[in-house]
Amino acid sequence: MGTGMRYLGQSAVYAVFAVMIGYFATAPVYTHLEPGKAMIKFSFAHAAKPKGECRRLTREELNKLAPNMRNPVSCPRQRVDIYVELELNGDPVYQATLSPTGLAGDGSARMYERIPVPVGTHKIKVRLRDSRRESGFDYEAVREVALVEGQNFTIDFKAPKGGFIFE
Amino acid sequence: MKIEGVFDRIFTTAWNPFYYLGALGYFYFWVVAVTGIYLFIFFDTGLTEAYDSVEYITNEQWYLAGVMRSLHRYASDAMVVMVMMHLAREFAFDRYRGGRWFSWVTGVPMIWLVFASGVTGYWLVWDQLAQYVAIATTEWLDWLPIFGEPVARNFISASHLDDRFFTLMIFIHIALPLILLFIMWFHLQRINYSKVNPVRGLAIGTMLMLLVLSFVEPAVSHGPADLSTVPTTLNLDWFYLWTFPLIEWTSPQAIWGFAFFGTVFLIIIPWLPPRRKKAVAVVNLENCNGCTRCAVDCPFSAISMVRRSDDAPFAQEAFVDPDMCVSCGICVGSCPTATPFRRRGELIPGIELPELTVVQLRELTEKTSARLEGNSRILAFGCDHAINPEKLGQDNLGSVMMPCVAMLPPSFIDFVLSRDLADGVVLTGCRDGECHYRLGAQWMDERVAGDRDPRLRKRVPRDRLLKIWAAPTDHGMLNSEIASFADQLKTLEKEVQTPAASENAEETV
Repeated sequence: MGTGMRYLGQSAVYAVFAVMIGYFATAPVYTHLEPGKAMIKFSFAHAAKPKGECRRLTREELNKLAPNMRNPVSCPRQRVDIYVELELNGDPVYQATLSPTGLAGDGSARMYERIPVPVGTHKIKVRLRDSRRESGFDYEAVREVALVEGQNFTIDFKAPKGGFIFE
Repeated sequence: MKIEGVFDRIFTTAWNPFYYLGALGYFYFWVVAVTGIYLFIFFDTGLTEAYDSVEYITNEQWYLAGVMRSLHRYASDAMVVMVMMHLAREFAFDRYRGGRWFSWVTGVPMIWLVFASGVTGYWLVWDQLAQYVAIATTEWLDWLPIFGEPVARNFISASHLDDRFFTLMIFIHIALPLILLFIMWFHLQRINYSKVNPVRGLAIGTMLMLLVLSFVEPAVSHGPADLSTVPTTLNLDWFYLWTFPLIEWTSPQAIWGFAFFGTVFLIIIPWLPPRRKKAVAVVNLENCNGCTRCAVDCPFSAISMVRRSDDAPFAQEAFVDPDMCVSCGICVGSCPTATPFRRRGELIPGIELPELTVVQLRELTEKTSARLEGNSRILAFGCDHAINPEKLGQDNLGSVMMPCVAMLPPSFIDFVLSRDLADGVVLTGCRDGECHYRLGAQWMDERVAGDRDPRLRKRVPRDRLLKIWAAPTDHGMLNSEIASFADQLKTLEKEVQTPAASENAEETV
């Protein structure tokens, strides 16, 4: 192959490589959220109530402990599971029983859920149980929201701030 | 191999990019590093300032910083292509077992680091693509039960995010390539004469390509990140971000499984069956004078010179590290004591392969040549990884095959021609640039040309010697070259030395 043809061939190879790099660096376009949809993000990390009652230690029990360990109140470390559910326009779309994290089961329970929904007005109802009660809920919130296309609507939960937070 | 042959014709073997895939990866890394340093000067690590500073880079200073940004992106993309092609080629050519396990295994974390570096780079722009990448990455990480609170919660609303987040991200984006660079250095520790730079012509060509691409299709940002919205359509960089749509189409655990088992598989395949570890080279101290030629020629740094352990009057002796030796035999070809002319004592060179000793090689040579008749008898010395010329079906041609043609001490060529064992000698081996043991063809070329020890003696008639470095697919070319060589041999006048004259001469080798 002559020098001219070789350089021509090399230019063609470089051009093909450049087109390949240039194309796949931005294309094909990826649709992350379908048109006409909005997103509800429901997420929190929350430490539930302890699984058992705290109790006062007796004098005998305290005497058996080292002097620096004599805390008169003993509480179990393990926390109860959290039960949470989310209804959208009266339909349940998310229900979960969340276990506490940590080897001793004394950490926060955590969740993170993405729920794509059609744009428009929606009635959102969220309820959460984080105590030893068998039924009912400790926290509950209802919100009617008008979601526009591509909107990211978040539902958080912070007990010190009163419960559910809508943003 | 056929594609590589086409590239040989277009680029010549000296510039063929297939022979520089690893070196091109290094080249692109340096382009990314230099352009990254320039971009860092203008980058601002604030929640809104990050995007604004990238916009300044792209639009206000498009002629330099903008081009740097495009080069940064496209060289990163090209690097991914080179890394993957390099991996696939080394795997396809079975260049990951035995002593090569080290380079293979150290290459595996580099894949993770290349992708992690690229992904963190996309976070820094803090446009809608960055928002998507950041959230998708953290959602994927959150599948691991190691975080007390989901990391992705940092992005559920703007109030959760802090300016210092970008300080952390730029630190990670600089730290990861530095770790990558360290492993890139480590990756070559057992490779002698490694090619870390492409030839100048190839470097200029690929740099020009990146520059033209940067001007024609400059890298631009999406709109600024806004955590109150969800990005809908995105121009993904599929070289780096292909995993994120996959996570959505499958599940985080599926991709973690793919990543984990893929990594484990890549790490263990050098030891998976069929294991083909051959007996490694052994040093025969009584014939080793510590000349260092084997250590210099070893392509895998498997031979080192150590302090003499016997009473011989030499300072050093060769030591073979069995873990690093790939049994190519190149050290045998470099040993000046591996001469078939040797009369005094047994033919035991200073270093040799137990599975094909020099004595066996000489016997094989004599036995093969005994089958040849006529005035165009050709004895071919070939490489196990290239074509066996005997299988081409040519009359009066016999082959002696070795792990690598550079295992052949040049004195064997002299031996064959001066003893009239054949009328011509053919040396065949892997095509230039794709030698299975990296340097065999090059060393043989230099030995025959008299540029490398042990040199082929000047008295050997070069018109009776043919070298053909060909791929296993080059049957046609090899056949026609050997046929022409046979015709040429018929026209040559025979000059055979007397055994006595040759032996006297060779004893001085």
